[in-house]
Amino acid sequence: MLYQDTLRLLPELFLAGSLIVLLIYGVFVGDSKTRSVVLLSFATLVAVAVLVWRMPGGAGVAFADQFQSDNFTRYAKILVLIGAGSCMLMSMRFIERAQMARFEFPILFLFATLGMMMMVSSNDLMSLYMGLELQSLALYVVAAFRRDTLRSTEAGLKYFVLGALSSGMLLYGISLVYGFVGTTGYDQLNQAIAGFRGEGQALPVGLVIGLVFVAAGLAFKVSAVPFHMWTPDVYEGAPTIVTAFFATAPKIAALAVFVRVMSEPFAALTDQWQQILVFVALASMILGAFAALNQSNIKRLMAYSSIGHVGYALVGLAAGTQAGVEAVLIYMAIYLIMNIGTFACILCMRRDGRMVEGIADLAGLSKSQPMMALALCIFMFSMAGIPPLLGFWGKWYVFAAALDAGLTWLVIIGVLSSVVGAFYYIRIIKIMYFDEAAEPFDNDTGAETGFIIGASAIAVVGLFVFLAPIENAAKVAASAVFGG
Amino acid sequence: MFDLPILSILTFLPLFGAACIFFLARGEREDVARTSRWMALWTSGAVFFVSLLIWFGFERGSADFQFVEKVLWIPGLNINYHMGVDGISALLVLLTTFLVPLCVLSSWEAVQSRVKEYMIAFLLLETLMIGTFCALDLVLFYVFFEAVLIPMFLIIGVWGGPRRVYSAFKFFIYTLLGSVLMLAAMITIFNTAGTTDIPTLLTTSFGEDLQFWLWLAFFASFAVKMPMWPVHTWLPDAHVEAPTAGSVILAGVLLKMGGYGFLRFSIPMFPDASLYFVPLVFGLSIIAVIYTSLVALVQEDMKKMIAYSSVAHMGFVTAGLFTFNQQGFEGAIYQMLSHGIVSAALFLCVGVVYDRLHTRVIARYGGVVNVMPKYSFAFMIFMLASVGLPGTGGFIGEFLILLGAFKANTLVAALLATGMVLGAAYMLLLYRRVVFGALVKEDVKAMLDMSPREIIIFAPLIVLVLWMGIYPIPFFDFMAAPVQQLLENFHQATAG
Repeated sequence: MLYQDTLRLLPELFLAGSLIVLLIYGVFVGDSKTRSVVLLSFATLVAVAVLVWRMPGGAGVAFADQFQSDNFTRYAKILVLIGAGSCMLMSMRFIERAQMARFEFPILFLFATLGMMMMVSSNDLMSLYMGLELQSLALYVVAAFRRDTLRSTEAGLKYFVLGALSSGMLLYGISLVYGFVGTTGYDQLNQAIAGFRGEGQALPVGLVIGLVFVAAGLAFKVSAVPFHMWTPDVYEGAPTIVTAFFATAPKIAALAVFVRVMSEPFAALTDQWQQILVFVALASMILGAFAALNQSNIKRLMAYSSIGHVGYALVGLAAGTQAGVEAVLIYMAIYLIMNIGTFACILCMRRDGRMVEGIADLAGLSKSQPMMALALCIFMFSMAGIPPLLGFWGKWYVFAAALDAGLTWLVIIGVLSSVVGAFYYIRIIKIMYFDEAAEPFDNDTGAETGFIIGASAIAVVGLFVFLAPIENAAKVAASAVFGG
Repeated sequence: MFDLPILSILTFLPLFGAACIFFLARGEREDVARTSRWMALWTSGAVFFVSLLIWFGFERGSADFQFVEKVLWIPGLNINYHMGVDGISALLVLLTTFLVPLCVLSSWEAVQSRVKEYMIAFLLLETLMIGTFCALDLVLFYVFFEAVLIPMFLIIGVWGGPRRVYSAFKFFIYTLLGSVLMLAAMITIFNTAGTTDIPTLLTTSFGEDLQFWLWLAFFASFAVKMPMWPVHTWLPDAHVEAPTAGSVILAGVLLKMGGYGFLRFSIPMFPDASLYFVPLVFGLSIIAVIYTSLVALVQEDMKKMIAYSSVAHMGFVTAGLFTFNQQGFEGAIYQMLSHGIVSAALFLCVGVVYDRLHTRVIARYGGVVNVMPKYSFAFMIFMLASVGLPGTGGFIGEFLILLGAFKANTLVAALLATGMVLGAAYMLLLYRRVVFGALVKEDVKAMLDMSPREIIIFAPLIVLVLWMGIYPIPFFDFMAAPVQQLLENFHQATAG
């Protein structure tokens, strides 16, 4: 029993063990050897990914139903690890240039990743909360990692205050649910609520309020409207590599948890949370599209873009069906690839050794750095959802699921706001291709960032044609949630 | 008949050529430009010759899709890579492959900056246009249809005139707005019918309410693409700012996608809704024909005038399509083909004088015939074809459309005929102001007549325009059977 449980938790245990060893190693070698810590951390993430992929313990629950591992968690964890691994690799040179090359940095990334894996695998609202907090605490610190600059500390503090508020809301919701149902385990909650429904009893009001709080807390973590306010400021203020990390791994993990919590313990309350999600998705899509129109800072723009994308992903969840969950999972993978590529490009925006963040700084990039401009052009068209690029499939799947569930108006507003969104994506292309050239960027980005840009660009084009692997994986993952 | 996947070769050969330019055109700036031009010309020429296999190998008299290829693409959604052409799309494919080499030739000297990227964008565009006409799966169609925006946006935005940014954005947003609604409709079709296979969907009937909404969504896309009044305003802007070859493709092929969409989707899939919306389409078509002709009359810019004339001619096409009789359909298809040739040629004509004087303002010219007799001759033929003079391709199409319209609704036909008169007025006015008159302006006096390269561009166009006007049977042979079947299915579906 214990052996089996341990096997199921092996990737997390391995990650936890490695990061403690790395921490000790870091303390001994000091900040001068940060690069080796980053590389070892990257190797650790690769090893963890292999472990997750192999899933040594098979599907099932572990440690008194606190933890579960199945195809869904595997899918989400692989995505999280791809996001974390890419950011880890790109951070190597970045933190040296930004004078933040302290060995704690990669270790904190690892802590956050461990938290994300725990929360993705949670099978109980309590273990969910603990994973979430581990992740959040590590992220608060990295947001403020450049403690000598005002913007970074402000971003960290803002993130901390609002993140703590959202955690509080989540915890309050959990306590209400516990108070009215008497359990926090996913399976027990599912059965108990199905019991209420099956017997035709009125739902306890406290349970519904608890559900609303839980949904609000999770919406905070995925930065969906109306709980998005922290996102633009934090994205803008945090060091760019941290922003890249925020936009990828934690967002994927939070979305996965959102999906799991809504469709497993609260499956019988679909009619209740569907209303919330329809509103949240709608508001996120619209705000993401319109608020980004006038941004001049590319990190801020990406913040609004990610709010919009979360809105589209949640359209799938709002459908409340297995096809919807599958759509969210496909969207998550596509979102991840596009964002890694885009942030890799943003990390290259350096002039005379300093980061530049204005959209106008991209002017004439197609002349000075044609390959990078081409890649960014591909990412932008993909984010706008124009075929033949990967982003198109993301939209297709979520809209197909929502239309099938009868959410016609949501889809119509969704496609219309995607046109507004397309406007600011093609504005970036306009600046790169139509405008007169500004000074070129520094050309010392390093092979690993270039590799990530190239690989993402090829993936965005290539996976459009060969979508079947992602689709199959998402299908298997979605059926795990729905007990198929 | 052929074992080779002709349509795939046809579709992806330009893409292959673009990849070759991307990887092989290196070295000095001049070398890159020269290599790119020649490679683009060779590729598009080869594509044209491959497309002749369709012309010769196509079985006339059959309404079936031919040269069919089918490979499973997305297993989970049951989406196939399904290609095939019937008589209607085969002609449009041939139109595309015919025009692109001419475009490459016409950009030979006109485009001097970023030649490599320009040629890549053009070949990419060719791939997407051919794919749009060959696709036999809704999703595949949408992918090609929508992806056309990317290279066209870049062609207008990078190589366009002074207001290129505004025009490129307007073009992109207008067209995207139309097509996202079509996307939603396509997803609904997929959810309802469980397939996106076009031949299957052609025999599927949807409920009347559903048809209504689906028709409107598709209409949003095709009306913008066509373009129909009142969503035509992106077209004059796009035409004015686009480089000559961009205008040629825009007028010659992209506008035809709207008409093709009506024929392939709206009318056969939603027959009841099509019948229901006839007054709407007729109304918009008549406004397009008369109003935009009047607007064209007062234009000061040559390209803008021809752009408005395109809107008017497309009004004829939509009117012809919604008469639902053989003359109307065949006339509309014929009009699309001849307009594809004639408007392309007219934009090339504008390009010739623009290359010399770098202005498109009509008043800056006058008396061109004295210095450019060969040019004036070519321009005259296309101008007359645009007017619809018997003996040119333009006449056959407009005549058949009027014939079809008379059968359907006399008033509509009468109003359309008024439009023809106005069309003659503005085209003759344009020709008179540019070509005739006193030769007083010094810079006009210094203009040289067409170069051999330009003659090579115009010669096939002139031959084709006259051929289409004098001996149209070969073209009707292509379209007769599919039109017949379309009509039968339509009347069967709406009879109940």
